[in-house]
Amino acid sequence: MYGLRRTGAFFVRKAARLVTLLIAVSILSFSLVSLSPIDPVQAYIGADLMRVGAEQRENIAAYWGLDAPPPERYLRWASAVVRGDLGTSMIYREPVAKVIQEQFFHSLLLMLAAWLMSGVIGFLAGSLAAMKKDSWFDRFIVWYCYTLAATPAFWLGLVLMVVFSVWLGWFPVGMGVPAGVLAEQVTWLDKLEHLVLPAITLSIVGIAPIALHTRQKLIEVLSSDYVLFARARGETPLSIYRRHGLRNIAFPALTLQFASFSELFGGTVLVEHVFSYPGLGEAMVEAGLRGDVPLLLGIVLFSTVFVFIGNAIADFIYRVIDPRLREAQAS
Amino acid sequence: MNLRLRALLTVIVASVLLIVIAVWGTLIPVEQMETRLELRNLPPSISHPFGTDWLGRDMLQRTLKGLSVSIQVGLAGAACSALIATVLGLAAATLGKAADRLVSWLIDLFLSVPHLVTLILIAFVSGGGMRGVIIAVALTHWPNLARIVRAEAMQVMTADYVAISRRLGRSRRWIAWHHVFPHLWPQVLVGFLLLFPHAILHEAAISFLGLGLSPHEPAVGIILSESMRYLSTGMWWLAVFPGLCLLIIVRMFDRLGEQLRLLTDPRHARL
Repeated sequence: MYGLRRTGAFFVRKAARLVTLLIAVSILSFSLVSLSPIDPVQAYIGADLMRVGAEQRENIAAYWGLDAPPPERYLRWASAVVRGDLGTSMIYREPVAKVIQEQFFHSLLLMLAAWLMSGVIGFLAGSLAAMKKDSWFDRFIVWYCYTLAATPAFWLGLVLMVVFSVWLGWFPVGMGVPAGVLAEQVTWLDKLEHLVLPAITLSIVGIAPIALHTRQKLIEVLSSDYVLFARARGETPLSIYRRHGLRNIAFPALTLQFASFSELFGGTVLVEHVFSYPGLGEAMVEAGLRGDVPLLLGIVLFSTVFVFIGNAIADFIYRVIDPRLREAQAS
Repeated sequence: MNLRLRALLTVIVASVLLIVIAVWGTLIPVEQMETRLELRNLPPSISHPFGTDWLGRDMLQRTLKGLSVSIQVGLAGAACSALIATVLGLAAATLGKAADRLVSWLIDLFLSVPHLVTLILIAFVSGGGMRGVIIAVALTHWPNLARIVRAEAMQVMTADYVAISRRLGRSRRWIAWHHVFPHLWPQVLVGFLLLFPHAILHEAAISFLGLGLSPHEPAVGIILSESMRYLSTGMWWLAVFPGLCLLIIVRMFDRLGEQLRLLTDPRHARL
């Protein structure tokens, strides 16, 4: 099987790339963190500063393995990471891997909802704008996209919160679950209610690139000779869109959507902070503010893998699934 | 009025406006920012178009001051970033295969971690503050421009005069500086202006998260972050106007860069 072998080779190549990438990112971020002026022992002690003596400090440093020189600490940390042990979070007092897993599940719901919504709406808006090129609708979409690209995502979240939570009272103000309710009693409905506004905020921002891209591609397709010929044959705009447009623009749009994981992750961090939605982004901000180095490094590595997977899928669609390129490579 | 004239006018008006805001903000005297508790929590009115905050400070003054701080930080960050991009892009194109591979690898490395994550990491490492934010912004925004500069420089390298110059025994560095660099000026200038919107938005974002500028430096990110505590009591004007002004500023820089690109692009210059 030719296709199967190529798919296999593709994944082997990507896996090797991921390993080298992770090594580079881990060395770079670890050396950055060890240059930091923030003393991790100090950050750990926090408010108990006056009550902790010099001797106890040394004990704490030894406990976290902070007394060794940086290269040795890196090797110790890296070999632990390879075994699947990312260290212990100072804030949560739990293994970093577990914290990331739990928080990522919350974020995943949010990201998935926003990703799907922005993809579908953006694709439709872009298609419509291109079909009605130079109409008021087209102008509005283009204007909207450029303005949105200049909008701070967190400010948009604040505005939506003011309008829908404070004025209209449709949605609760922040927090991932209702206050004063036991964790076991939180229903799916509650979670959903707290998910809506953050997801809408994220997708409003995410629509812009996909809509602009789809519009551009479709305009190109529509000005081609084969569409002119189809029009001469008497095909209706809808059938031209379905038979010539959609097939040409669907894969590029899907590729773009997968390649946007980096922006999605960044947007999630901000939106989670606005709505105090307990997810990976909020955990990262906390880790940064309170100097939780193991958690911070863990999330840096995790987000690298996350973005890498998105890009790899985009690449896969582009190289292996797209029939035009597949045949071009086979011949 | 033709397109070229219109583009030129847009550039002039936008730059004058931005400079006025940046300078005006720094000139606002501290007395006017004083707290006046009898004027607390006022909604927008004619004497206070943007309302007042929980300490009775005029929000219009605070917003102007904040925009000015944000513009300065954004300019500094974008300028450093453009410098890094130019040096690396130029080096990749002119100093041979090994340099090219190294730069491409660096670009891929920086693009493979989400921007905001890198920003948080660098801001954390540098301990926040004005300097930390500028470093973080400068170190995260160069890859795209570096790619453009590299491609442009590669093209210049194929010109005949570069080949002749090399035969005449000029060193690679001499060629990079005397032949290639002068061609890159327009690209770098436009790239710098188009970097600015990202720089200022990321500066605001990182300050908003509490990892950037300190509360004593009243940037827009800080204003928005502080407003969060008061939004649920219905004080919407604390967040809406400063953010809207930031949006307008960012959009204006965007327009400025776009129009300048059209003006310097020879294919459009004929218009």
